[in-house]
Amino acid sequence: MKRIFPAIIVFVSLAVTSAAQDNAIAYLNARIIPIVGQPIEQGVLLVQGGKITAVGDARTVRLSSDVTIVDLAGKTIMPGLVDTHSHIGGPAGADSTGPIQPDVRILDSLNARSSSIQRAQAGGITTANVMPGSGHLDSGQTLYLKLRDDAVKIDDILIFDKDGKYMGGIKFANGTNSLRSAGGSFPGTRAKSAALVREQFIKAQEYRDKIQKAGSDKSKLPARDLAMEALLEVLDGKRMVHFHTHRHDDIMTALRLQKEFGFRIVLQHVSEAWKVADEIAKAKAPASIIMIDAPGGKLETVDVGYQNGVALEKAGALVGFHTDDSITDSRWFLRSAGLAVRAGMSPDAALYGMTLAGAKMLDLDARVGSLEVGKDADFIVLSGDPLSVYTHVLQTYVEGKKVFDRSDPKDYIYAVGGKGATDDGDMSSHIHCFDGDLGGGN
Amino acid sequence: MQNRFLNAKTLRRENAKIYFLAASRRSFLKYFAPLPLCVFALIFFSSVVSAQIAIKGETVWTMTGEPMTNGIVLIKNGKIEAVGTAASVNIPSDYRVINAKVVTPGLIDAHTVIGLNGYLNQPHDQMALDNGASFQPELRATDAYNAEEKLVEWVRQYGVTTIHTGHQPSALASGQTMIAKTAGKNVDEATIVPTAMIAVTLGNAANATGRSPGTRAKQVAMLRAELIKAQENETKTEKAKDLKSLIMARVIKREIPLLVTAEAAQDIMTAIRIAKEFNIRIVLDGASDGHTLINEIKASGFPVIVHATMARPGGERANLSLENASKLRAAGIPVALQSGYEGYVPKTRIVLFEAAMAAANGLSKRDALAAITIDAAKILGIDNRVGSLTVGKDADIAMYDGDPFEFTTHCTGTIIDGKIVSTVVR
Repeated sequence: MKRIFPAIIVFVSLAVTSAAQDNAIAYLNARIIPIVGQPIEQGVLLVQGGKITAVGDARTVRLSSDVTIVDLAGKTIMPGLVDTHSHIGGPAGADSTGPIQPDVRILDSLNARSSSIQRAQAGGITTANVMPGSGHLDSGQTLYLKLRDDAVKIDDILIFDKDGKYMGGIKFANGTNSLRSAGGSFPGTRAKSAALVREQFIKAQEYRDKIQKAGSDKSKLPARDLAMEALLEVLDGKRMVHFHTHRHDDIMTALRLQKEFGFRIVLQHVSEAWKVADEIAKAKAPASIIMIDAPGGKLETVDVGYQNGVALEKAGALVGFHTDDSITDSRWFLRSAGLAVRAGMSPDAALYGMTLAGAKMLDLDARVGSLEVGKDADFIVLSGDPLSVYTHVLQTYVEGKKVFDRSDPKDYIYAVGGKGATDDGDMSSHIHCFDGDLGGGN
Repeated sequence: MQNRFLNAKTLRRENAKIYFLAASRRSFLKYFAPLPLCVFALIFFSSVVSAQIAIKGETVWTMTGEPMTNGIVLIKNGKIEAVGTAASVNIPSDYRVINAKVVTPGLIDAHTVIGLNGYLNQPHDQMALDNGASFQPELRATDAYNAEEKLVEWVRQYGVTTIHTGHQPSALASGQTMIAKTAGKNVDEATIVPTAMIAVTLGNAANATGRSPGTRAKQVAMLRAELIKAQENETKTEKAKDLKSLIMARVIKREIPLLVTAEAAQDIMTAIRIAKEFNIRIVLDGASDGHTLINEIKASGFPVIVHATMARPGGERANLSLENASKLRAAGIPVALQSGYEGYVPKTRIVLFEAAMAAANGLSKRDALAAITIDAAKILGIDNRVGSLTVGKDADIAMYDGDPFEFTTHCTGTIIDGKIVSTVVR
C-alpha cells in the first residue's frame, strides 16, 4: 500500500513567512514521519495556534527571526497515536438489566482526572475512542477523546464536530462475552444474539418511519425514546458502530448485520481476521486489531493471529490498532506496530495503522492522524525508530500543547511507573473488553 | 515469511526424523519391545544422541564473557562440545552447519505456570490451583504438567528452553513447582527438577473465601504454625510421614526453598522475617515494591524473580516499575525475570519480551539477557546444566535474525539437548 502525497513541501517557505508573525514554534532537524508522504530526514514542523502550519525539509526552509526554534536533531517526530479502542478513565456503560442499551453514554461515566489518561499520553496516544465493555450486545455510546492535559472535567477532553456536538460511536459485541447461560433477557446462543440485535434495528427503522410520517406535525411524533434515538443515529450513518468480534463466523455475522441495516462499522479485535481477510476487505469494513502475546485465554481467541495485520494489509482492508487498555498497556501502544511488522506487515502500513487509519475509523482524519498543514498539531517526539523496543516517547503534544515530557519527573513516573504513580488508585482500569463480562455489572 | 538463516525445509525434515526416533525410544523403554525392534531402536537412538551440529553465529552470547563475533558452537551428544571464534574452533566435516545472526543460550523462564494452566483457560485445563484448602505444599507439579500443552510449544518457538513452572500464586501455599525443558512428549522426558520450590503467596492473593486466611496477619500465623510443626517433627524419633510433613521437612532441612510471591512492601518484609526466623531458604517472587526496599532485600541475601516487566500495575502492584529489575540488579541483588501468572489474556507472557522491556528501561542488554539465562539458572540451582554456552552444558540454544530484544526480530530456531525442536520463524 503506497500513500505518497508529495505536494506538501512546496508550500513550506510560504507558510513559514506568514506563520512567523505570532509565536509560531518550529520543531527542527528531527526525522519526520508525516504518514502522508515520505519521511523527511531533517525536517521542520511548524506549529501555530494549535495547528500545523508547515511540514518540510529543514535545509530548504528559511525561518523568520521571531519563530521559536526547538532543535530536535537525532529525534523522530510522527503524528500522535490514535487508539481506536480503549478503556482509560474507567468508564462503565450498560448495567445488568438488559443486553442492548444504546441509551447509556460513556460521557456520563468517565473520570477525566484518571491517571490512566496520563499514562496514555506517556505512550504517545493523543486521540482515543473510549468504550464500554463487551458483556452486552450493545453496551452503550462511546466517546472520542483528545488527551489534553490537566482535564478537570469530561468537557475538557471532548472532541466536537462542526455542529458543535461531542463525538463518539456506539459499542456492539457478538461472540461469547454477551452470552449468559442463565438466559433471562440476555442471549444464550449466537443466533439469539443476532436476532435480538436485528429486532432492535427494525424497531429503530419503525421509529424513524413514525418521525418521517409526522413531518412537521409535532403532535404525531412518537414519544422520545433515548435508545431509539441513538440507534437512529446509527441507521443514519451519524454514529459509527464499533463492533467487538473475534471468531471468523462472528466477524461474518457482524458484516451481515451491517449489510442488512446499512450502518457504518469498524470491526474491533477481529482475532481471526486472517481467516476472512478477503471478506473484510470486500465489505470495505475497517478493522482494528490488537496484538496479544499468546493465543488463548478464552475459547474464541485460540486462533488469534499475529498475522492479522499483514493478512488484512494484503487483502486491501483498512487496518488500525487498539490497546483495549488495560488488556494491553497504553504506554507501549507502539509495540503493537512492532509486533505486527514482526509478523510480516509493512512498516508503512503499521505506522499508518497507528495513526491515520485510526483517525479514519473515528471520522477524524480531516483533523488528526497525519502531519499535514491545517491539521491539529498532535504529534509525538521519539528517541528513535518507532518500531524499536529501545525507543521512548520523549514528548507528546496535543493541539500544539505539550502534554507529556519524559524529562519532567512527574511525567516520567507515568511512563515507567514507580512509587506514587497510582496515587489515584486508578493504575489499572478493570474494565476491558477483550474478555468482557466486566463491562459494567453483569 | 522467508527464513534467511536456516534452511527451514531441511530442518523440518530433520525435526520429523528426530520425533520419529524419539518415539521409537519411548516405546522401547516403556514396553520392552521385542529384541529385533530393540536393536533397531538402539541403532537409531544412538544416531540421534550423536547428532552433531555446528552453529555459526555472527554474534554469540555465551553469557560467560563478552559476546563473541563470528562464534562457533559445536554440539555433540546433546551437550556443548566447544565454543569459540571461527579462528579457534574447527568444524569437523561431518557436522551439520546452521547459520544464525545471533545465538544465545536457550532462554530460561524463571517463573511461569504453563503446562499446568493451559491456553484454553477452561476449568479442565487450569490445574495450577486447587481451591480445596489454603495450605497444600504436598501438591506436586509433575502430577499436572502437560508437556504437549500449546503454550509450552508457543514459548519454545521464541527460544525458551527451560521453564520453572508449577502451582500459581493464588493461595497461601498452592503447591510445588518443577523445572522442565520445553521439549519432550511427556512429563518424564521434560522434567529436570521434579520438586523445585513450594509456591507460597503473601498479600491479598493469598486470602481465601469462606475459610482462613482472611488477613495478612492470619496468613503469617498459619505459615509459622506449619513451619513450627515441621521443625518439631524433625526432632521426633517417630516422624510423621503424611505428604505434607514429608515435603515440609525438606523445607526445614533447607533442601528446597519457598518461592514467596510478595508484591507489597509489607509482604516482602514478612517473607524475609519468616525466612530468618526458621532459617529456611526462600526466593522472593514478584516484588513490585522491591525498588523501595533495596537495602533490606540486599541484606537478606535472597534472590528476586522480578514480576513480568509489562505486568499490569494496580492493587498490590500499585508501585510497579519498569525499572525494578534494573534497580535491584544495580544494587548487586541476584535477579531473574519471569513471564508470571496470567489469569486471562494473554494466557502467558513471553519472558523474552519481558526482558526486552527491561533492557529498554535501565537494564543493560547483557544483564537483561542474563536475567533469562545464566542468572535465572543460578537462582533455580541449575546453572551446572543450563544458562550459558559452556562446554559440557546441555546444548540448549536459541537463534535470532537480529537483536533478540527488538520487536521486529524473529526467533529462527530453538535447540534443546542438541535436538532442533523449533524451526518456526516467530
